[in-house]
Amino acid sequence: MSLSQIARKQYLDVKARARPTARWLLGNWMELIIETLIRLAGLSTTVIVGLIFFFLLREGLPTFLDIPLRALFSSRWYPTQGLYGLWPLIVGSLLVTAGAVLIAVPLGLTTAIYLGEIAPPWQKEILKPLIEMLAGIPSIVLGFLGWVALAPIIQDLGAPTGLTAFSGSVILAYMALPTIISISEDALYAVPKDYRDAALAIGATQWQTIWRVVFPAARSGLVMAVMLGIGRAIGETMAVMLVTGNAAHIPAFGTDMLFQPVRTMTATIAAEMGEVSQGSMHYSVLFGIGILLFLTTFAINFLAGRLVGQQVARRRGGRL
Amino acid sequence: MQQPIISVQNAHFTYSTDGLEALKNVSLEIYRHEIFVLFGPARSGKSTLLRLFNRLSDLLEKGDYKGTILFNGRDIFERGTDVADLRRRIGMVFAIPTPLPGSIRDNLTFGSRMAGIRDKSELDERVERSLRHAALWDEVKDRLDESASALSGGQKQRLCIARSLALEPEVLILDNPTSGLDPLSTSMVEETLHALKLRYTIIMVPHSVQQAARVATRAAFMLNGEVIEVGDPGEMFVNPKDQRTEDYVTGRFG
Amino acid sequence: MKRQHTQKLAVGLITAAAALVVIPIILVIVMIFVKGITAISWEFLTAKPSHGMKAGGIMPAILGTLILTLGTAIACIPLAIGAAIYLAEYSSDSRLARWVRLAMVNLAGIPSIVYGLFGLGAFVLFLNLGTSILAGSLTLGIMTLPVVISTAEEAIRAVPQEFRIVSQSLGATRWQTIRHQVLPHAVPGIMTGIILGLSRAAGETAPILFTVAAFYLPNLPRSASDQTMALPYHLYVISTQVPAMPLAVQYGTALVLLLVVLSLTLTATVIRARMRRRRDW
Repeated sequence: MSLSQIARKQYLDVKARARPTARWLLGNWMELIIETLIRLAGLSTTVIVGLIFFFLLREGLPTFLDIPLRALFSSRWYPTQGLYGLWPLIVGSLLVTAGAVLIAVPLGLTTAIYLGEIAPPWQKEILKPLIEMLAGIPSIVLGFLGWVALAPIIQDLGAPTGLTAFSGSVILAYMALPTIISISEDALYAVPKDYRDAALAIGATQWQTIWRVVFPAARSGLVMAVMLGIGRAIGETMAVMLVTGNAAHIPAFGTDMLFQPVRTMTATIAAEMGEVSQGSMHYSVLFGIGILLFLTTFAINFLAGRLVGQQVARRRGGRL
Repeated sequence: MQQPIISVQNAHFTYSTDGLEALKNVSLEIYRHEIFVLFGPARSGKSTLLRLFNRLSDLLEKGDYKGTILFNGRDIFERGTDVADLRRRIGMVFAIPTPLPGSIRDNLTFGSRMAGIRDKSELDERVERSLRHAALWDEVKDRLDESASALSGGQKQRLCIARSLALEPEVLILDNPTSGLDPLSTSMVEETLHALKLRYTIIMVPHSVQQAARVATRAAFMLNGEVIEVGDPGEMFVNPKDQRTEDYVTGRFG
Repeated sequence: MKRQHTQKLAVGLITAAAALVVIPIILVIVMIFVKGITAISWEFLTAKPSHGMKAGGIMPAILGTLILTLGTAIACIPLAIGAAIYLAEYSSDSRLARWVRLAMVNLAGIPSIVYGLFGLGAFVLFLNLGTSILAGSLTLGIMTLPVVISTAEEAIRAVPQEFRIVSQSLGATRWQTIRHQVLPHAVPGIMTGIILGLSRAAGETAPILFTVAAFYLPNLPRSASDQTMALPYHLYVISTQVPAMPLAVQYGTALVLLLVVLSLTLTATVIRARMRRRRDW
């Protein structure tokens, strides 16, 4: 290059490097602000969980402070008479959830197996969107159908009224199915193909392979699917509200226990909050039930998260 | 004697995931307008060292670093170093050609635009200049606004070279740039390097010892994180001073 | 021989179970459609209710649901995208990140009625917003956060790592890289997540019970501090608390709600499918 060319290049170099400085400085400040906002947004999720718990406590703490525990866990829920025994509501939630799990887990696991191991691709194309659609149906719609269509059927089948724990269980089971199916599917899919190939190579039938090899290998994922399904079921409000009969008393123990009307914790809050006066004991107890629900789902999710962590660690050979 | 453009003094690097000592007390000097070639078997620390030069190691390698690396006399790991500017002055081309999604022009102007250059004529000038220096101008000058993913492998790699050149760097680092290319594209890239060294300083990890011999003006042999020998390629490949260098160059191990 | 029998029995049972799952889904959709379509008319969709809510139309409820969905979007999206970017690009396994993820998993599991209680305690009462569109939108927005954050995070992570490395090796800063080389390619995935989250929010009843919903409103809402009707709540009341409510109207309301929600879900699915086809990397 000639001397003038070199000089020109140097001039351009300096010019090019110097020109963006002012904008660069401003840009640097903007970048800092944006990154701070992003970190705040990330933090906000923890703050929000804390806030939720805080406000639940704020309105609901009197429940645990002013009512002796023995009264709180008695079996008479008559708020109008000052009786706040939570036990019927807890039993109601447990019964309905247990029934839902008993129905949904076998159905969900087997459907996951069907989708993962047996169904031909064309069926998968139809079934998977359908299950996704089920996940999208609002709970009030399913509750409504349970109320107008399912309850009469159950009544025809012999129950005194169609609004029973069992009805709630059925609707809840279907609401929990998409969660159970999709997580189970992932768990089954994650089992390496080699396991299946090895079993088939030594002469096992497809079913034996699934039952003896794939299932145990996917065990922790399947357990997580069940736990999350349970969490979904316990937290459901509208669907159970419409079909469980809303009778806040513990059904007599016996074979037809599931075919009595019950009341869940969630339905109680939804049904009675509209009628309480703010600040009253009844009002606080409803928030107190909310605290119980919050802690229960927290525990379930925490356990499920622990399980995933273990599973992940195991898969990587112990190195996280 | 000329001041080195890059000076490595007692560099150590240990990966935090598995404790591997990738660099053990490495010291090197690289002078302007050289084609400095770092060669050696796999896992000898060559790529790790390259990534330290433009501090891409901040992003890619989690580990402990000790030592000093001077660029134009200034420690690049000093607090307050403008890392973005460092990366503009020390460009990098990777083993696998990675065009960014978008047109050829987008690829070439991205770095400049992020540096704050908006003037369209300046950007166009850089596009043409960098493509000419990378010996790609004639092939793509009529399709600058078409997608970069439509180029062949060799063209993509020359695009990546042009992309770094568009920022008017002082140093260009190439980490195994011809590994995925056919022989014709490989020799085109090698020829380009010879032309480039007139304006830039080149640091390269070669695909093979033969490539090192073809391209280097000075070479360093690395083994297990240490620099074994540095010297003139004419000597190193024919009459190496260290037995290990001779073993590697003659193919006794690889 | 016995093994073959077991095999056949097992496959049969499994197939039957799958059918038992799928057939009721189809039945549900068909039933709502068939029994509800008779009520659908132009008047039904555009007129206000009359005759003690038993006749006329459900337009205010439809409008209310749309307004609340919009409000949810405004409340949820900025925070969700920020959190997603944080998790995908800035967190890298630090202790804080683990807390954030734990918080998200928990938010996802909180029952919708508990969100309603939170909305009541925090927005309606503490912030004194009263039962209003504002309170309802904030409540629904927070409830929708986990869904949007996790899909958005996935979409951002799906952008190949090479783009980030190349971008930064060309001197772009971290934010410049995110803004120019990562986010643009994550947009379809993020949008899918947003629409999916909104479709869930549109169908929820429990969070809006104490925060915004009303059954009988003489006028349409005029500002964010007004109450509004909403489809899910409307369906709840007319099916359980209005005597002699025509069944067709109930099914019709259910059908409209279902269509609103399913059309959003379908939009999300279509975007996801088109995005897979249009990838240019």
